[in-house]
Amino acid sequence: MNAADAPAPLLRVKDLTVEFRTMDGIVRAVDAVSFDIWPNETVGLVGESGCGKTVTGLSLLRLIPSPPGQIINGSIELEGLDLLSLDAGDMEKRRGSEIAMIFQEPMTSLNPVFTIGSQITEVLRRHRQLSQRQARELAASLLAKVSIPDAGRRLDDYPHQLSGGMRQRVMIAMALSCNPKLLVADEPTTALDVTTQAQVLDQMRELQNEFRMAVLLVTHDLGVVAETCQRALVMYCGSIVEAGKTEQLFSSPRHPYTAGLLASIPRIRAERIAELPVIPGRVPDPGNLPAGCRFAGRCSHVQSRCHQERPTLRSVNGNAVACHYPLGADI
Amino acid sequence: MNAEPLVQVRGLSKYFPIHGGLFRRVVAGLKAVDDVSFVIHAGRTLGLVGESGCGKSTLGRMLLRLQEPTAGQVLFAGEDLTRLDRRQMLAYRQRIQAVFQDPYGSLSPRRTVGQTVREPLDVHRVGTPGDRQQRVDELLAFVGLSAQAAHRYPHEFSGGQRQRIGIARALALNPQFLVADEPVSALDVSVQSQVLNLIVRLQRERGIALLFISHDLAVVQHVSDDIGVMYLGRLVEIAPAGQILTAPRHPYTEALISAVPQIGRRMHSRIVLGGEVPSARTPPSGCAFHPRCPRVMAVCRSVRPVLKKNGDEGSGSVACHLYP
Repeated sequence: MNAADAPAPLLRVKDLTVEFRTMDGIVRAVDAVSFDIWPNETVGLVGESGCGKTVTGLSLLRLIPSPPGQIINGSIELEGLDLLSLDAGDMEKRRGSEIAMIFQEPMTSLNPVFTIGSQITEVLRRHRQLSQRQARELAASLLAKVSIPDAGRRLDDYPHQLSGGMRQRVMIAMALSCNPKLLVADEPTTALDVTTQAQVLDQMRELQNEFRMAVLLVTHDLGVVAETCQRALVMYCGSIVEAGKTEQLFSSPRHPYTAGLLASIPRIRAERIAELPVIPGRVPDPGNLPAGCRFAGRCSHVQSRCHQERPTLRSVNGNAVACHYPLGADI
Repeated sequence: MNAEPLVQVRGLSKYFPIHGGLFRRVVAGLKAVDDVSFVIHAGRTLGLVGESGCGKSTLGRMLLRLQEPTAGQVLFAGEDLTRLDRRQMLAYRQRIQAVFQDPYGSLSPRRTVGQTVREPLDVHRVGTPGDRQQRVDELLAFVGLSAQAAHRYPHEFSGGQRQRIGIARALALNPQFLVADEPVSALDVSVQSQVLNLIVRLQRERGIALLFISHDLAVVQHVSDDIGVMYLGRLVEIAPAGQILTAPRHPYTEALISAVPQIGRRMHSRIVLGGEVPSARTPPSGCAFHPRCPRVMAVCRSVRPVLKKNGDEGSGSVACHLYP
C-alpha cells in the first residue's frame, strides 16, 4: 500500500512535539515529528531506549500522563480529523474503536482480578450496543481468531492462568474487538520468547489483512521491523532521523546512525567475526542536548557544520534523511 | 584440545519439589535441569541457549554453587565442586566468577565503583592495600572506564557502563572460569555490541573459560566456540557454533534459528512452531519436544532420545530419534 493506491493517508502526524516536566527542568521527549500512515500499512517506529518512540505512540491515543507530560505542538489527523482538537469524552469514544493500542507487558495491561472474558466483553459493550450474551459469543470467537484453543472455556480464566504468549494474544483480541482502523503496538513481542514471538507476529499479520487495519509497530528490534513492516521510521533523541521503505532503508541506510545501528546488531552468520562494529559513546542526556545534529558527538562522518546547524528531514534517493552529509548520496 | 577440560559437567540435575495435598507433602518433582553433561576447555566459550524456563539459568547457578544440584557432578580442574564444604569452596570462588543480567540490581548503590571492584580483593586479602588500589585502576581501564569512575556511585552510570563495572569486579581475582548469565540482554543494541566486544576480548586475552547463557542466538553465536541448546531442562543439541547454525540437526534448534528475526529476509521463510512450551511440571512423555515437532514420529511419543555423538556428519551431539 502506498500513495498510489489510496487517496489520502489514514493518519497524518505533523510537527508533534511533547514535553515532560522533570526535576531537572523541561525535557522535550518528542521534537517536531511528522509522518503518515496509509490504510492497511505496517510501519515500524524504531530506536533505542529513550528516543521517544513510546511517547510518540502514546500521543497518538492521547495517553501521555499529564502532568508531567504535555503535547505542546502539532496535529494528529485520523482520516482528516485532528484528534488533538477533540474533547476528552469524544476522544474516549474513538480510543479503542478507531485507534487501539497494545503494550509490551500483557500481564500489567490486564486486570488480574477479572476474568479475561469479562474484560473483553466490557470493551465490546462499551463501544457496541451488545447484550451480555452477544458480547460473550463475540469474545469467544475473537479468542478463537487469535488461536486460543478451547476459547469458550478460556473466557472464564484469569490472566495469571495464561502463558505470556496467550496473554498477548488476548490483548490483541481485545484491541481488535472494535475493528480499529489503526493499531499502535508498542514492543508487543519483546517480552516473549522467539518461537512465541514468531507465532504472535504471524498472527498479527494475518489479522491485519483480515481486518484491514494499519499498524504502527513501535520496537527496538530492527529484525522484527525488517520482517514485518513495509516502511520504517528511525528515531534518535526525539526526532525522526531517517524514514523509508524497509528494504531500501536497511539495505542502503543514508543516516550514519541507521547504518551504525544496523552494523552493530549481532546476526547469525556462518563464520564468527572478530569484532562487532560499534557506535562509540552514548545517547546524550535529554536535558542537555547538543545544538546541532544530536548524533554529531557519536558520528564517524561528523564535520563542523554538524555541530552548529541541526539537519531536517529531506529526501535523498528515495529515503528521507535528516543529515547534512548522508551516506552514499551524490551531492 | 586433548588436555583435560577445565570444566566437566556430568549428569547434572536439579529437581524442585512440588508441594501439595494435606500437610504440604512433596507430591512431585519439577525437573528444572535434567541430566545435563558437557565440558569447557580453558580459553574456550560454550554458549547455552534456550527459551524462558528451559533451565539454563538454574544450570549456571549450580556451576557457581548458588544452587545445590540434586544429582551429578561439576568437575573444575579435576575437583568435584559439589562435594566441597563452604570453607573449601571459598578457595574456588576466586577462580570462578559471574556476571549477571541486571546491571542495576547487581551493584550496591551505597558503594562507590572503586569499593565494588575492590571488594573481592579485600575479601580474599590479595596483596597490600596499595596493590589493590592499583589493581582497581587497571581493571577499570581494561573495561574502558576512567580512573575517576572509582569515586562515583552506580546511579551515575548508564546500563552499559554498569555492566562494565560488573565485569571489572568479576575479573578482579583473575578467574579461570566465568559464568555470564544474559549479560547484555538489558542493554540497547548500540551499547550491547560494545559490551560483547569487551567480553570476547577479555576471554581471548586472558584465556578464560566462559559459559555464556542467553536466549539470543545471534548474541551467543558472536561469542561462542560451541553452542548447546536446551529445551525443558535437557540439552537437546551441542556442537561447534558454525556447524550448529548452518546445519542444525535437532528440529528444535532448527526452529529456534529460523524464529530469530533477521534483516534481509522476509517473514514467510520461517518455521513457526505450533503450541506452547509445555510446563516442566508435566513434561510430555518420550521426547519433550514431540507435541510441537514438525517431524514427529511414533517412537518420539514413548521413548526419550538420549544425547548421542554425531557420526560422520561432523562433531557435536544431538538427542533426537531422527538420527539413530
